[in-house]
Amino acid sequence: MLLVVEIAVFWSINPSFLSPQNISNTLAFTVELGLIALAMTLLMTSGEFDLSVGSVFGFSPVLMWTLFNSGVTSLEMGFLIALVVAAFIGLVNGWFVTQLKIPSFLVTLGMLLVVRGTALFVTDGFPQRTWSAEGSWLAEALVGDFFIGPFRIYMSLFWFIAAAIALGYVLTQSRTGNWIQAAGGNPNAARARGVNVSGVKIGLFILSAIMASLAGVISSLRTSAANPNSGTGYELEVIAMVVIGGTALTGGRGTIIGTVLGILILRVMRNGIVLIGVPGLAYNIFIGAIILGMMALHSWLERRHQAGT
Amino acid sequence: MAEPLVRMENIRKSYGRVQALVDANFHVNEREIVGLLGDNGAGKSTLIKVLSGAVPLTSGDIFIRGKKVNFRSTSDAIAHGIETIYQDSALVTQLSIARNLFLGREPIKPPRFLNRMDQEAMNVVARDLLKQVGISKNIPPTTPIGSLSGGERQAVAIARAMHFDSDLIILDEPTNNLGVAETQGVLSFVRSARDSGHSCIFIAHNIHHVFQVVDRIVVMRRGKVVADDIDPKKTNVTEVERIITGMSDKEIRDAIVQGKHSGA
Repeated sequence: MLLVVEIAVFWSINPSFLSPQNISNTLAFTVELGLIALAMTLLMTSGEFDLSVGSVFGFSPVLMWTLFNSGVTSLEMGFLIALVVAAFIGLVNGWFVTQLKIPSFLVTLGMLLVVRGTALFVTDGFPQRTWSAEGSWLAEALVGDFFIGPFRIYMSLFWFIAAAIALGYVLTQSRTGNWIQAAGGNPNAARARGVNVSGVKIGLFILSAIMASLAGVISSLRTSAANPNSGTGYELEVIAMVVIGGTALTGGRGTIIGTVLGILILRVMRNGIVLIGVPGLAYNIFIGAIILGMMALHSWLERRHQAGT
Repeated sequence: MAEPLVRMENIRKSYGRVQALVDANFHVNEREIVGLLGDNGAGKSTLIKVLSGAVPLTSGDIFIRGKKVNFRSTSDAIAHGIETIYQDSALVTQLSIARNLFLGREPIKPPRFLNRMDQEAMNVVARDLLKQVGISKNIPPTTPIGSLSGGERQAVAIARAMHFDSDLIILDEPTNNLGVAETQGVLSFVRSARDSGHSCIFIAHNIHHVFQVVDRIVVMRRGKVVADDIDPKKTNVTEVERIITGMSDKEIRDAIVQGKHSGA
């Protein structure tokens, strides 16, 4: 509903909002953040969240290009290593949270600084050279583009759709999904039933880091850039998308469809605001207002629901 | 006499220097409801936690049908047929009745690698179980636990233990915060659990509830079992209270009088 209103308003003010070029561009970037948001939805449903995704988003392509440029590995191998390193980062996050029982806020905040710091240190703060990706099958598979009518579609859109369907299926249909919701809703009850709550959470931390890494690589291949600073602040934007979609920050309840809507609402908003001439710097005002509004709406619905029973 | 379902011998549990259990001996027979009573700090909950695998014992042995067992976790105890129902931590409020019933043991639809829950089968069984425990009326199995009343939640937890054929169902304060009708409901689930071949340990502050349902009363005091064969039909509440506090009638009267004075 909100999404439709948003699109209608922006379109009526600036018709180029619905131009093929604008839609293509918006979509390309949207799915990159969206990949992270999908994984974050599951992680937040299990009662945790991950602030280090933005730094992993920046670090992974830096690692991949550094390995490739220095001639140590092929691009594909560099990509694989970047994913493995990301998985390890997720594992460490999960281990700190579940075994040392430190809140995920603190653990992943620390990890954010470590990973971002590493990216800056390795590169001396300079972007990496990325010009030689042309013709690589990896680049084709991740960000190859083609035209459907006037729309320029990137392969990453299909990865996003596939991930949304797969994770939606996991959350609502699979037994793992039941465990994820139980882990976030009442970890003691889940544990008492023999559910491996720590295992579930560690797995989701790994998933979230891998998705952030994948998104970072896709973004870097598409824009031919690997900047150690890229992805700064993405963690909060991603969490905002998930929360706007209706997933509870406290865990136990999550929805992939909601997150997809949340992703679109935020991205369309950002794009639309710029196109209708509001200064881009004012963007955060709107985002903050949407989050507060949505939270108020959720809490109101919740209370009404409980009063009715 | 036949070998009891569960036998705990010389159980000791210390937390640092605090002795929570001191050579406690306890048993539950087949098809028996045992009421476990004792003042705060008498060791009831520690005994139950040891038996449900939630905390490790310091020394002592646990036997199930004569076989020595060693619980390292609650899932170990569940695997041996011991199910503990704590009032608040038994269910996930966000999940539906059916999903709670099968949590951790969800049936999988073939092909197995898709890891897909058989939700229709879960709902059918859930509907059936709800009818058995008497809360079928208009509650579909897809209802989230959060919108059920306290008594209904207890019923779901008990139904779950019965469905998965737990030999021993431990109920920790199942009638706390329940209304009169709901309490009667829970007590009748406990009876029907026994009648279908399960044993129960029933812990409650309200001695009257215990008297209504149990076959035998066990009293603990200061980490020890001080009486383990009280027949509720041959005694009364006052007598049991005396054993719980370990005071004579006169001491109890004095304590009450003193309480009145200090309370005024």
